[in-house]
Amino acid sequence: MNDEFDLSPIQLDALREIGNVGAGNSATALSQIINKRIDMNVPKVDLVPIEAVPDLVGGADTIVVGVFLRVYGRAPGNILFLLPQKSAFYLVDTLMGREHGTTKKLDFMDESALMEIGNILSGAYLNAFFNFTHISMLPSIPALAMDMAGAILNIILVQLGQMGDRALVIETEFLAEDDGINGHFFLVPDPGSLGTLIKAVGVE
Amino acid sequence: MAALIKVGMADYKVGRSPSTLISYGLGSCIGISLYDPQTKIGGLLHIMLPDSTQARASDNPAKFADTGIPLMLNDVLALGASKSRLVAKIAGGAQMFAFANATDIMRVGNRNADAVKQILRRNGIRVIAEDTGGNYGRTVQIDLNTGVYKVKTIDRGEKDI
Repeated sequence: MNDEFDLSPIQLDALREIGNVGAGNSATALSQIINKRIDMNVPKVDLVPIEAVPDLVGGADTIVVGVFLRVYGRAPGNILFLLPQKSAFYLVDTLMGREHGTTKKLDFMDESALMEIGNILSGAYLNAFFNFTHISMLPSIPALAMDMAGAILNIILVQLGQMGDRALVIETEFLAEDDGINGHFFLVPDPGSLGTLIKAVGVE
Repeated sequence: MAALIKVGMADYKVGRSPSTLISYGLGSCIGISLYDPQTKIGGLLHIMLPDSTQARASDNPAKFADTGIPLMLNDVLALGASKSRLVAKIAGGAQMFAFANATDIMRVGNRNADAVKQILRRNGIRVIAEDTGGNYGRTVQIDLNTGVYKVKTIDRGEKDI
């Protein structure tokens, strides 16, 4: 199968730790923006069959808002920040200073605000990767879509599907203190990038 | 009771009336249905990529149009469908995110649709209905009693093709 994915427990731990710091940075950034405490779980670093990825976010037909960023540099990859529709509306209401429950549909400004959140979270997250690996990873301009989770996840899964049947996903779940927002943050290294990252961390 | 049979990503199922085959949340993927109206036997395949020869070896032929379609075709024929009566309907192949400098992989939806039609033609199967492209997700289902292929979207309603 795919040799690149044959990681030792120590290597997986290293990735988990970097993901942890990255997610911590992102959670802090988000918390400062919306002025609420944000909890996060310890990142899952998992090798999952590609067709099982939509189940991680509640099934292929769950309606979600996805902010997608391409990561450039020596270890390219994709970032996808997924929010269930309800959480996205709640977050937008918070950002825009509106009463919760106001947003029923995303307008241009709302989309722009959510993309900016994706941008900030990605920057904070990738910063942690840089600190550990000294490989700079630059996020592209974000793109946004609101649709079925399966359809949105296609964009990261198709590329992996070309190289194998499994995906390594570094995934963190965010939860706001009042339960109004939960989100999933995926970093999916391109085929080939994983080796580069592991080597840079120095765990054989 | 008519069974509702779920078809996952990179998977296919075949069956007969009164079952309905359904696949949720297609983006750039394509849902290909085959149906024989006389025996009411059919199948649904959910492919992700056009061409297995441009990818690394996979354990799952249903991931690709070029390997998945012959596979489903064989199974549908084995159930008793007639090849001359089989008709295909296809849906999906969207580009979910608008990027100014979209790479090939982001436009895979178009390539999927082209490959699927070409491979069906090569296998002598007529495509009688199509709902492809756009920038939105689709859930598809084929009712093996009627042959109706239903395409559902989030805010573009649903239609029977």
